[in-house]
Amino acid sequence: MIPEIGNFALIVALLLALTQAILPIIGAQRGNLTLMAVARPAAQGQFVFVGIAFACLAYSFITNDFSVVNVAQNSFSQLPKIYCFAATWGSHEGSMLLWALILGFWTTAVSVFSRHLPDDMVARVIGIMGLVSAGFLSFLLTTSNPFLRLLPAAAEGRDLNPLLQDPGMVFHPPMLYMGYVGFSVAFAFALAALLSGRLDAAWARWSRPWTTVAWSLLSVGIVMGSWWAYNELGWGGWWFWDPTENASFMPWLAGTALIHSLAVTEKRGAFKAWTVLLAITAFSLSLLGTFLVRSGVLSSVHAFATDPARGAFILGFLAVVIGGSLALFAWRAPKMLTGGRFTWFSREALLLANNVVLLAAMGSVLLGTLYPLLMDALGMGKISVGPPYFNAVFVPLMAPALFLMGVGPLARWNGSSLPDMVARLKWALAISVATGILLPLTLNGFNPWATIGIALSIWIALTVLIGFRERLKYTQGGLLSRLSNLPRGFWGMQLAHFGIALGVAGITVVANYQTERDVRMNVGDHTQLAGYTFTFQGIKERQGPNYRAAEGTVEVSKEGKKLFVLNPEKRIYNASGMPMTEAAIDPNLFRDVYVALGEPLDDKAEIWVVRIFYKPFINWLWIGGLMLAVGGLLAASDRRYRIGVKAPAPAPAGVATQGV
Amino acid sequence: MKSRHKKLLVIVLALAGIGIAAALILNAFQSNLVFFFTPTQVDKGEAPTGRAFRIGGLVEKGSLKREADGLTSHFVVTDTAKSMNVVYKGILPDLFKEGKGVVAEGKLGSDGLFTATQVLAKHDENYMPPEAASAIEQAQKAQKTLQQ
Repeated sequence: MIPEIGNFALIVALLLALTQAILPIIGAQRGNLTLMAVARPAAQGQFVFVGIAFACLAYSFITNDFSVVNVAQNSFSQLPKIYCFAATWGSHEGSMLLWALILGFWTTAVSVFSRHLPDDMVARVIGIMGLVSAGFLSFLLTTSNPFLRLLPAAAEGRDLNPLLQDPGMVFHPPMLYMGYVGFSVAFAFALAALLSGRLDAAWARWSRPWTTVAWSLLSVGIVMGSWWAYNELGWGGWWFWDPTENASFMPWLAGTALIHSLAVTEKRGAFKAWTVLLAITAFSLSLLGTFLVRSGVLSSVHAFATDPARGAFILGFLAVVIGGSLALFAWRAPKMLTGGRFTWFSREALLLANNVVLLAAMGSVLLGTLYPLLMDALGMGKISVGPPYFNAVFVPLMAPALFLMGVGPLARWNGSSLPDMVARLKWALAISVATGILLPLTLNGFNPWATIGIALSIWIALTVLIGFRERLKYTQGGLLSRLSNLPRGFWGMQLAHFGIALGVAGITVVANYQTERDVRMNVGDHTQLAGYTFTFQGIKERQGPNYRAAEGTVEVSKEGKKLFVLNPEKRIYNASGMPMTEAAIDPNLFRDVYVALGEPLDDKAEIWVVRIFYKPFINWLWIGGLMLAVGGLLAASDRRYRIGVKAPAPAPAGVATQGV
Repeated sequence: MKSRHKKLLVIVLALAGIGIAAALILNAFQSNLVFFFTPTQVDKGEAPTGRAFRIGGLVEKGSLKREADGLTSHFVVTDTAKSMNVVYKGILPDLFKEGKGVVAEGKLGSDGLFTATQVLAKHDENYMPPEAASAIEQAQKAQKTLQQ
C-alpha cells in the first residue's frame, strides 16, 4: 500500500510541476497577476507531494519491504537502520527521487525568501524550476520508477553495496545534490532575466546569494566525498580523478567562475552575457554529472543499449535544457547588452582572467572525462585517461590563477595602478618566494613542486592579511569592533581565500612529503615509518551486524614510548560475500598515521600484508575546504542582500527589447 | 583611440592565454592516453613496448603465486584464447580473485612479461570490468569465426 501511495504522490507532484511551470510563465509574459500568483502555492504543493513520495520509499527501505524491486536490490534485513535509510538514495531510481526532492526544497526556499522581488521575476524563476522538475519527475515515472513491485516478493534483499555502508553515504550524496540542484536557482534566475529582458545589476544581486549558497554546499559535498574515499577505500588517496569525482568537480569549477563573474555583474554591470552563460554552464554540468554517475554509463556505455528508453530520455533532456537555454540566450541576449567597460589592470580584468583559467580547467576535465566514453560509444577502441593527464594540466593552469587570487581582491574596480600594486605587495611576494625556496631545502632538498605550492599558499595567506589591514586602516575604534564592523561579504571572501591557502598547503605537503610502506607482518613483527614504530600484535575475529571482520591490532610507538593502538579491519559482508578494507587512522592537525590490512599470506591468517601511510598536513586540505564553504555561507548572509528593494512596478515583458 | 588599443591588447592577451592553455591540455592529453589491448592483441604484437597500456581478462585459475616477500605476485591474465604473464608488486585489490575479471595497467617487457603498476578489480562481486568483459567477448568471437 505504502509504495502505491508514493507512486500516486509522484504523479500528483508531476501535475503540480507542470502547473507551476506553465501558468506562471504565461502570466509573467502577459502581465497577468492571477496566473503569476499560482507559482508559489504550486511550488510548495509540489514539494509536499515529492516529500510524501520520498517518505514512502524511505519507509519501504526501513521496514525491509522486499516486495519493492528497488528495496530488494539495494537493502538487506541485517543492514543497520541508518544505512537502510541511506539506501533510499543508493540506487539510480532513489537518487533521482532525492534530486527531485531537493529541487522541490530549493524551489520552496525561493518561493519563501523572494518577498522583495518583483512578481514577474518570481513567477518566471519558479516556472523554470517547475520545468526542470517536470522533466525529472516524468523521467522517474516513465523509466526509473522506484516503486515498482516484485511479485512474488523476494525473501531477502541483495544488500547495499558494502562500499556505501559508511557514514559518508548518509551525508555526502544529499550534500552534493544540494549543491548540484542549487545551481538550478542561478540557472532559473538567468533564464528569467533573459525572458524578462532585464539583464541588470539587480538580477545579479538577487541571484548571487543563492548561487553562493549552492556553491558552498557543493564544496562541502566534494570535500566529504574526498574524505570518504580517503577513509573507506584503503588506498590512502584523497582524489583519484575518477569520472565520478570529475562529475562533481566540473560544476564546481564552473560555479566558482560564476560566483566571481556575478560579483562583477552586480558591482559594475559588466560581463552580463558571460555570467548568464556561466549560469547555464554550471547547471548543465550539474545535470551531466548527475546522469554520468547515476545512469550506469560509466561502468559501461552499453548500459544505455540495454535500457534504451532511459538513455534516450537522458540525452533528450540534456539536449532540451542545454539547447533550449542557449537558443534563448542567442535570441534575447544580444538585444540587452550594453558593454561594460573596464581597463586592463582592474579587479574586473583580474576576475576575467580567473574565469578564463577556471573554464580552461573545467574544459580539460570535461575532455578527459568524456573522450574515453565517446571513443567507446563510437566503437573506436577503449582508452583511459588517468591522473597523469589531469595533474599535468592542472598544476600549470592553477598556479597562475592562485597567484592572481592574491592580487584580485586588492585591486580596485575600474582600474588600479600597477606600480602602486607592486609597492603594496612587494614584501608579501618576497616572503612567500623566500619561504617557498627555503622550506623545502631544510626539509628534504630542493623540490620545485613544493616550492611552487608553498610559495602560493603563503602568498594567498599574506594577501588576505594585507586585505584586512588595508580595510581597517581608515576605521576608528578597538580592533575587535572594527573587525566585526566589516561586511560579511568581505569576511566571507577572505575566509574562503584563506581556506584555499590552507588547502594548497595541505595538498603540497602531502603530495611531496608523504611516505608509505607495504610490508609483510607476522605477529610480533616491527616496522618503521617516519620515526614511528609499528608492531603487529595479531588478528582477532569480530562479528559485525551484517559482516564478519578480521580485526588487526597495530601498536604505534615513538622512541620506545607507546602512543596509540590502531585497529584496521578486513570485512566480509554476509549478503554479497564482498570483502572490504576498513583503514584505521590516527589523525591530528599535522599528520595522519594510516594503517590498512592487505591480504592474509598464510592459511591460518596470521601473516598479513600491512599498508602503512604517514600523511603530513592532510587534514589541512579538508579544513581548508570547509573554510571555503563557511566563507561562502557567510558571504551569502551579508545584509545588503536582505535589504528589501521591491523594484518599481514590474515592466511589462518586451519593453527592453522594444527600446533597443 | 587609446582605450581601443587597450581593449585590443586585452583581447590578444586573453586569446594567447586560451591558446597556451589549449596547447598544454592537448599535449598532455596526447601523451597520457592509456590504450587498452586484449591478450590476443598483445600476442599478435599490436601492443607497444616502452609505453604503458592496459590489459584485461580473467585471472587464470591456479596461476597466482607470491614471492617470499609477500608483496610481489605473479599471475596469468587470459581472454580464454591467449594469455599473458603478469607481475605486480603491491597489495592486490580486495576483489582480486582467481577466475574473476581483472584490468591491469603497466608496461610490456621484451621477454613478454607484463609489469603492472596498477591492478584494478572493481567493487562488486559479480561485476566484470567492462574492458575485461570485452576482451573475452572479442576472443570468443574470433574463435567462432575460426571454427566456421
